[in-house]
Amino acid sequence: MSTSPLSVTRFRVIFSICWLIIFVDHIVLLRWFGLSWSIAIVDGAINDALLILACFLVIMMLHYYLPQKEKYFHLLTWCLLITVIVILITKVILKTIYASNDEYIVFFNRSIWVRSSLDFLLLGCVILISVIWYNWQEQSEHETRKQDAEKLSKEAELFKLRQQLQPHFLFNSLNSINALIGSRPQEARKMVQQLSDFLRGTIKKEEHQWVTLKEELQYLQLYLDIEKVRFGHRLATSIEYDGSLDELKLPALLLQPIMENAIKFGLYDTVDEIEISLKAVKEENNLVITVTNPFDPETSTPRQGTGFGLQSVQRRLYLLFARTDLVSTEAKENIFTTTIKIPQA
Amino acid sequence: MSSKVIIIDDEPLARSIVIEYIQNFPDLVVSQVCSNGYEGVKAIQQYKPDLIILDIQMPKINGFEMLELIENPPAVIFATAFDEYAIKAFEAHAIDYLLKPFNQDRFEKAIKKWREQKNGSAGEKQTKQLLDDVSLTAPQNQRIVIKDGSKIKIIPIQDVHYLEAADDFVKVFTKEGYFLKNKTMSHFEQVLDPSQFVRSHRSYIINLQQITRIDPYEKDNHVAILRSGAKVPVSRTGYPKLKAILGL
Repeated sequence: MSTSPLSVTRFRVIFSICWLIIFVDHIVLLRWFGLSWSIAIVDGAINDALLILACFLVIMMLHYYLPQKEKYFHLLTWCLLITVIVILITKVILKTIYASNDEYIVFFNRSIWVRSSLDFLLLGCVILISVIWYNWQEQSEHETRKQDAEKLSKEAELFKLRQQLQPHFLFNSLNSINALIGSRPQEARKMVQQLSDFLRGTIKKEEHQWVTLKEELQYLQLYLDIEKVRFGHRLATSIEYDGSLDELKLPALLLQPIMENAIKFGLYDTVDEIEISLKAVKEENNLVITVTNPFDPETSTPRQGTGFGLQSVQRRLYLLFARTDLVSTEAKENIFTTTIKIPQA
Repeated sequence: MSSKVIIIDDEPLARSIVIEYIQNFPDLVVSQVCSNGYEGVKAIQQYKPDLIILDIQMPKINGFEMLELIENPPAVIFATAFDEYAIKAFEAHAIDYLLKPFNQDRFEKAIKKWREQKNGSAGEKQTKQLLDDVSLTAPQNQRIVIKDGSKIKIIPIQDVHYLEAADDFVKVFTKEGYFLKNKTMSHFEQVLDPSQFVRSHRSYIINLQQITRIDPYEKDNHVAILRSGAKVPVSRTGYPKLKAILGL
C-alpha cells in the first residue's frame, strides 16, 4: 500500500504553512473590504478550517480509491460537490453567529461566488497534487517490484545454467572410479579427489561469480583430467595461453560447458583419437577464447553444432553483458571452432 | 558348455570392470571387447556370441543403432549411466539393464536373469520391440543407420530422397543410390516427420523437399518428379494428401 502524503513530515509542514498563508490572506482580504477584525478572523477560521477538513477528506479518499485515468472527470464532480458542501456549512454557521448583522449577511451573500470559486480552485489543487503523488508512488512501487522480479529470475536462471552438470558425466566418472578401486586404488583416490574438487567448484557461492582466467583454467584442468581417465588414449587436450593473461576476469564456470560440448561433439562424432584445444588471447579489450574439436561433416547436421552447452553459455553472456555477439561457431572441413569473447572492465 | 560374451563400451575402465566381474563366472568367456558400435557389429558377426554387454551412448552409432544392424541379435544386457529415454523403454519392455556404476551382486543378478530366459525366444522379440520403440526418439529419428556390405553408413534424414518398399526391406534412396534397411514402411511412416515426408503410395514415401512437380500419369494416377529426376508414383489416395500439404 502506498503511503499518504499526510504521513510525510515535509508535506505536513508545507500543508500547514499553505493553510496559514491562505488563512492570513483571507483575513487581510476581509479587512480590506471593511469588515471588523473579529468578524474577519471568525469568517476566515470557519471557512478555512472546513476547507482543510475537506482537503484531508479528499487526500484520504484518494489513498483508498484512485480513479482510473479515463475516470478523472469524477474528480471534478467530487471537487464541485465538496466545495458546495463546504460553502453551505460555512454559510449556515456564519449566518447563525451573525444573524443580527444585516450588513455582514449582505456581504456574505454577495461574496458567495468568489468564495466558492476560490475554494473550488484550492481543493482542485489539492486533488491534483494527491493524484500525482499517489500515481508516482504506485509507479515507483511497480518499478521496484519489476526490478526485484527481474533480479530474482536472473539469479535463478544463472544458478540453473551453472548447475547444468551432466548426470551422465557424474555416473560415468563414478563407474570409472569403481573400476580403478580394484586395479589401481591410488589412481582411484586421485580421481575421487579431482571429482570432489570439481563438484565443489560447481557449487561455489554467488560472490565468486567472477574469477581470473588462471583460476578458471585450473578448474577446467580438473574436469579434463577426469575426462581423460574416462576416455583413456582417445582424448588428448591442449591449452595454450600466455601467462600475462592470468589476471583477466571471466564469469565462473564458463569454460567447462564449452569444453564439455567440444569433447562430446568430438568423441561421439568420430571413432578416432581426438584432440581438443583451447587458446586464450587478449584482443582489444576482450578476452578471446577459442576451442576446437574435430567432427565428421558427412554425418553431423549443422543443428547439432550448437548443443545445449553453447546455448547456456550464450544465454549467460547475454544476461551479463546484454550482447548476443559474444559466442560464435564455425565449421571448417572437419574442425569445429567455438569462439567466445569476454569484455574486460 | 561355456557361453561367449562380447563387451561393447567406449570407456576403457567401464569395459575393465565388466571383465573383472565376468571372471567370477568360469563358464563365461569374453570373446572380444569393443570400443564402439562398428567394432561391435564386426565382432558379433565373427564370434556369434551368446550374450553382449552393451553401452548405449557410444561414438558415431549408439547401442540401439548397432543392434538394428545385426540380423539375429544375441541376448543383450544393457549398461548405461544415465539415459532417461532408454530407461523408460527398458522398463516398458521389461528388459533388464545395469545402471552404472553397478556392483558384483547386481551384475550376477543380471546374468542369472539372462540364464533363466536363455531358452525362450522372448529375448529376441523383446529386443525388436525395444528397438522399434527407441527409434522414435532422438538421435535415431534424425538419421538412418545402414549396413552396406562391410561398411556402415549414417544417412541424415534430410538427405533421403524417397523410400520404396521392397519385400521385408525398405530401399532408402539418396544421391548415392539406394541402401536397404530391414524395417517396414509403416515403421518409417511413424518415425519420419509428417510435415517433411509423405506416404504418396502404398510402397512409397517422398521427401517433400525433393519434389519439383507432380504430373498426371495414366488414368487417375500421378507421378512426382524429384530433383534427382526420379519419378515416384503417387496413388489416388496419396495425391490429395500431397496436394494438401504442398498447398496446391
